Amino acid sequence: MKKRRTSEAAASAQILEKPESLWRSMWDSLKENRAAMISLFVIAALVLIAVTTAIFPKILPYDPYDQDLSQAKLWPSPAHICGTDQNGRDIFARILVGTQISLSVGLAAVTISLVIGVVLGAIAGYRGGKIDAVIMRFMDIMLSIPSILLAIAFMAALGKGIDKAVIAIGLVSIPEYARIVRSQILSVKENDYVQAARVIGDKDGRIIFRHILPNVTSSIVVRATLGISSAVLDTAALGFLGLGVQPPLAEWGDMLGRARGMILQFPYMLIFPGLAITITVLAFNLLGDGLRDALDPKSRKN
Amino acid sequence: MFKYTVKRILQLIPVLLGVSIIVFLIMRVFSPDPAGVVLGQHATPDAMQAWRQENGLNNPIWLQYWNFLIDALHGDLGTSYYTHSPVTQEIASRFPATVELAICAIILASIFGILLGVISSVKKNSLADHASMILALIGVSMPIFWSGMLMIILFSGTWHLLPSSGRIDPMLQPVGGTGLYLIDTLFSGDFEAFGNALQHLILPTVALSLYSMAIITRMTRSSMLETLDQDYIRTAEAKGLTRGRVVQHHALRNAMIPVTTVIGLQFGSLLGGAVLTETVFAWPGIGKYTVECILKSDFPVVQGVVLLIAVIFVLLNLVVDIIYAFLDPRIKYAKKEG
Repeated sequence: MKKRRTSEAAASAQILEKPESLWRSMWDSLKENRAAMISLFVIAALVLIAVTTAIFPKILPYDPYDQDLSQAKLWPSPAHICGTDQNGRDIFARILVGTQISLSVGLAAVTISLVIGVVLGAIAGYRGGKIDAVIMRFMDIMLSIPSILLAIAFMAALGKGIDKAVIAIGLVSIPEYARIVRSQILSVKENDYVQAARVIGDKDGRIIFRHILPNVTSSIVVRATLGISSAVLDTAALGFLGLGVQPPLAEWGDMLGRARGMILQFPYMLIFPGLAITITVLAFNLLGDGLRDALDPKSRKN
Repeated sequence: MFKYTVKRILQLIPVLLGVSIIVFLIMRVFSPDPAGVVLGQHATPDAMQAWRQENGLNNPIWLQYWNFLIDALHGDLGTSYYTHSPVTQEIASRFPATVELAICAIILASIFGILLGVISSVKKNSLADHASMILALIGVSMPIFWSGMLMIILFSGTWHLLPSSGRIDPMLQPVGGTGLYLIDTLFSGDFEAFGNALQHLILPTVALSLYSMAIITRMTRSSMLETLDQDYIRTAEAKGLTRGRVVQHHALRNAMIPVTTVIGLQFGSLLGGAVLTETVFAWPGIGKYTVECILKSDFPVVQGVVLLIAVIFVLLNLVVDIIYAFLDPRIKYAKKEG
């Protein structure tokens, strides 16, 4: 009798394990999406460029920081495929090096907003009541200032610099994550398994991290992927306004800002950095859309 | 309905207070000592102390905030560190330019966004659908300042069709009036000036509208697709109504409800995006001015502009919510809670 029950338990455990993991099925349907796969490839290439140029700067055809005024403002040619800038630096080399800043700022800013947003959203959703009201009203207030303007205001106060841009861009997207996590938590909070965890005496922190957050990671991943694209865009915008990197660092938006006065005489100077921004942002947008569709079969239908 | 409106207006008060606190804190707490910035590196400590005293920066922070709040409520946002004229005056002289640009951009974005969205939903998976979706994707991925500069290269630099900067030929500038040049010139019957102002408006308007247009297209398409899937649409088609009539009378009206919200929200972010567009096109509005003030640390002005735009944004959200409740009788007015 006892033996039979154990085998029954084993059988039911097997049934429980059988469904494909969410990640697995997400990946399977992502593979079907050609645009998402291409963008994944593009992102991998960008990461490779950023890492390689950071570790082996010698691989670049020209030193991206080396000024040579005798070589200034050269139109694209076989020697300089994207031309040279007003200080005689090779634009192609600067674009390649620029991936380092765009990707690392994008990633760092998203990490800031993700960590703070998830924690705040989790507390608000799980605790409810007054804490929830205070946190979410604060998020509403932040959302009521257009994000690029809020980022600019932060930059105005913190001063120029790429490290400050990371903070400014990271801070302004906190509310989006907090909202997503909060609403997801509200929807799973009353589920039986959460109640069960509470009954066996798990602490709140453990319940949130072990039982609730794993259920919301997929939607956070989608949001974060799209978040990187807007962080890259915002970084470029701050750079363009002259609030981003300090010279001689290479950043795409900054390159555009400095070429602005000469666009009619030397239009090539702004074509390539702008293209680099657009391709990067496009890749993260497409991947984010693909991930969302993979998660939500309903939106795939459309 | 009335009760709902009053309640939403009352809910605004804490939000607006919060916005003012955030803006104040960003500018006063995080920023470097403005005395050093304004008076320059060679100012004596005494002069700096006197300047701080004069500008009320020696008071405790809560008192500074209180004074700021009371002054703001009286319509006084302080004075610029550089021009020494009231911030409200500095903003008022430049605000119409920004408003004119933003209104034109949101109109353009709404018309084309809804049009493209409807076409691509009705002709789902057609060439037109794919083309509009690709367009929308590019629209959200291109930096606004880059597309603006590309347009300048093409339309001003290469083809000499449109001016690349400014609002109007200085010779034709209208005096007085609303400050919205299109309206001022139209009412004074000065059609040459009207045409000139319109020409100046085209490129910045298109550049500023692209992002919002893309968002509105996507929203319209998905909202339409959802609506077209409803039973009452099938009923209408079963009755023998033509496709065009079903789309126009049955689908469009219902699908537009969420689109209205998006348009309202986009108008707010257009005011933020104007910072970049105005810089590219040397458009003399508050966006370009704000950037200039940031670069020279003129904090009272930056603070005033951010506060003003945030207040407009919040009020817009309120209006959108109320319109939404009007359009969609299913919304329970108490739903906004929580």
